[in-house]
Amino acid sequence: MSDKQNDQHKADSQTGASYQPNQSPQVNLEKRNFLIATSAVGAIGCAVVAVPFVKSMTPSERAKAAGAPIEVDISKLAPGAKLTAEWRGQPVWIIHRTEEMLAKLSVHDDQLSDPNLEVPQQPEYCKNKDRAIKAKYVVMLGTCTHLGCAPNESFVETADWDGGFICPCHGSKFDLSGRVYKGSPAPTNLVIPPHKYLTETTLLIGEDGEAA
Amino acid sequence: MNYFTKLIGWVDERFPLTSNVKAHLTEYYAPKNFNFWYFFGSLALLVLVLQIITGIFLTMHYKPEAGLAFASVEYIMRDVPWGWLIRYMHSTGASLFFVVIYLHMFRGLLYGSYRNPRELIWLFGVGIFLALMGEAFFGYLLPWGQMSYWGAQVITSLFGTVPFIGPDIAEWLRGDYLTSDATLNRFFAFHVIALPLVILGLVAAHILALHEVGSNNPDGVEIKKLKDKKTGIPLDGIPFHPYYSVKDLVGVVVFLIVFAAIIFFAPDMGGYFLEANNFVPADPLVTPAHIAPTWYFTPYYSILRAVPPIGISQFPGVAAMGLSVVVFALLPWLDRSPVKSIRYKGNLYKAWLAAFVVSFLILGYLGTIPANTYGQFGAWLGKADIATVVARIFSVVYFAFFFLMPWYSKKDKTKPVPERVTG
Amino acid sequence: MKTINHIKKALMILSLLPSLTLAAGGVHLDKAPVDAADHGSLQRGARTFVNYCLNCHSANYMRYNRLLDIGLTEKQIKENLLLAGDKIGETMKVAINKKDAAKWLGAAPPDLSVEVRARGADWVYTYMRGFYRDSTRPSGWNNAVFDKVGMPHVLYELQGEQVLNHDTHELKLTKPGRLSIEEYDTLVGDLTNFMAYMAEPVKQQRNQLGWFVLLFLGVLLVLTYKLKKAYWKDIH
Repeated sequence: MSDKQNDQHKADSQTGASYQPNQSPQVNLEKRNFLIATSAVGAIGCAVVAVPFVKSMTPSERAKAAGAPIEVDISKLAPGAKLTAEWRGQPVWIIHRTEEMLAKLSVHDDQLSDPNLEVPQQPEYCKNKDRAIKAKYVVMLGTCTHLGCAPNESFVETADWDGGFICPCHGSKFDLSGRVYKGSPAPTNLVIPPHKYLTETTLLIGEDGEAA
Repeated sequence: MNYFTKLIGWVDERFPLTSNVKAHLTEYYAPKNFNFWYFFGSLALLVLVLQIITGIFLTMHYKPEAGLAFASVEYIMRDVPWGWLIRYMHSTGASLFFVVIYLHMFRGLLYGSYRNPRELIWLFGVGIFLALMGEAFFGYLLPWGQMSYWGAQVITSLFGTVPFIGPDIAEWLRGDYLTSDATLNRFFAFHVIALPLVILGLVAAHILALHEVGSNNPDGVEIKKLKDKKTGIPLDGIPFHPYYSVKDLVGVVVFLIVFAAIIFFAPDMGGYFLEANNFVPADPLVTPAHIAPTWYFTPYYSILRAVPPIGISQFPGVAAMGLSVVVFALLPWLDRSPVKSIRYKGNLYKAWLAAFVVSFLILGYLGTIPANTYGQFGAWLGKADIATVVARIFSVVYFAFFFLMPWYSKKDKTKPVPERVTG
Repeated sequence: MKTINHIKKALMILSLLPSLTLAAGGVHLDKAPVDAADHGSLQRGARTFVNYCLNCHSANYMRYNRLLDIGLTEKQIKENLLLAGDKIGETMKVAINKKDAAKWLGAAPPDLSVEVRARGADWVYTYMRGFYRDSTRPSGWNNAVFDKVGMPHVLYELQGEQVLNHDTHELKLTKPGRLSIEEYDTLVGDLTNFMAYMAEPVKQQRNQLGWFVLLFLGVLLVLTYKLKKAYWKDIH
């Protein structure tokens, strides 16, 4: 190394910063490409890692076991009476409707918000005039569709009441098929949970063998 | 001006966003010669974030109650969707936190990162280390297995050896006459909120102090001494972002590979990360035949066992153990060498550092095994356990490294330090 | 007085520290044939577990419907393994009263959900083949790897009776059971395999997933390394 070069080197080390961004288009393109590739793959990785964390908040095996379908024996349910079962922590009503009760259901359609069950508050197989698989037995969740209170039963008929339920919280009224009366704060009919008959007198609530 | 620039401008008028990004990332100039050892600071931050996130999700399912705790951990492992993954991430993260922190601390020892003007950074760091040890200890009780239980019982009993007030302290810590539901509940509180807050605060202080004085480097050269006359940028400095952010990213992925390999293929790590006895529910009536702390505490535990009692008082051992941890805080004032970095220190210092590392590892190993593993010496040494005698020798070396440092670091033949970093 | 008691207690615990003793005492353990992919073995093991162990030992963290993982169908579980009245989503509970059991056997039978993680598969495998006749024990049985064990030999009809030669520490079959030695070893091997599976049902899934994660991280490593190289071309 000549003296001159040596001096030059020394001068460099005194003044020249080691960091001088390389602005050649080739290097910039390389940076850009790897930046995009790394970001994309990294983002996919983060998204995939988020999945287990989000899923960990869904019902656990224990919750699923506790929320498993329940069997209800309805052989002793007298005509005109109601039975309350519990499924997934909610009250499920099973009402044994008499012929008179069923007859009354078709006379007040004009007073109902959704007499023809347009809003899917029931499985397909209950979208019929009785909202039931077997007309006699209606199965529904005893939870008001307004704000979740439990409506009271009011089966005694009067001149202007065909029997049904009245919610103590805000006065929503439902008929014996759980259909909501016009003017109630509740927007929709009571929910009918999935269910099926295991035998003539045994109901399975929570599973209908159709959708999983 | 596009919308993004406008938004940033709107924020900047109300919050020092751009100025902080500049101060800590794009215009924070770090020495250009960082090597392998400089990955562990950012990795420690990554592990901290991982522990906090996985911890939050574990608290959603864990029950800090003596009758339910063990079962709730198995509930997480089996019934919670992906709970096993989150739990293994947290348990593996705890051990790797210490791996990363020990390597980070060793970097400080190698290059004299604790020395003037970085004493406060080091002290905050020692504070983080102490808080982290507490965090790990409190967290270890939560699975409520046999090792959890007896580990907590032994450590709280250590406080019981403090003369006069010890037993009352131990009882106060446990909130009961023995480790119990009350202990579990308060350890949970310390683990999930108290110590994490302390650690986060200290980490912020650690980084702020670092960015105030600037990073050290493997040459121990102060890069701020030589600045470009026009720009005022240190000649050997490069902006942290993008240079070290992309470099640290490589370190992060390598770390994640190790992390994932353990989680998916060896979450027990042969009994070092998850101990077999911790799969037995806590039983206050039966002590496991062999209790040892988790591996990251074993060097100090070895020192505890090595120091003989005075009369019936076990306090000397406990005091020695406490000192073996706290002594790190004294390093800035013990090191009297004219140079910072190991590169320019002499053989004397290198020999002492090597002896310290060997002592730390041997003590760490001895802490995991029963004292009688290697049998006893003959009558000439009072039939002392061989392992205990070895632990005593290395405990002396451990402390000698620190307390003789003022002498040997001064006497050490150092080499001249270059003006600029050597790449 | 209270303080003195506390000091005593603290000292007792501390005195444990320097005198940690070996647990197993160096008993030789046979290698257990653990294979999480062998569904046939796991299913046979599950049946043995339910028929013999589940009378006294619970597996409170193991759900019956988890057995779908090892190739059993819901119908098979309901018909062969579930007690009448149990639901498939329930865990393997046991009707025995812990206090009564402790009175009869000296100690309450532990829950076996994670027994293999606590003891190791080899221990369980050797233990279940290590019972021998010992008239000094209340149950008439002792065990080569668990001295003075409280549990009687539940599978003795299958294995027969062994005696321990106290000099050579070898077990000898003196009265054959319904199974040959090889058949019995296979039965216990299957049982151990099932218990190993039960201790961590997710293990196989965990290992499989691990390869994908590592592969992904490998790709990411190449990319980040290239990215770093591209940026650091500026630095001299």
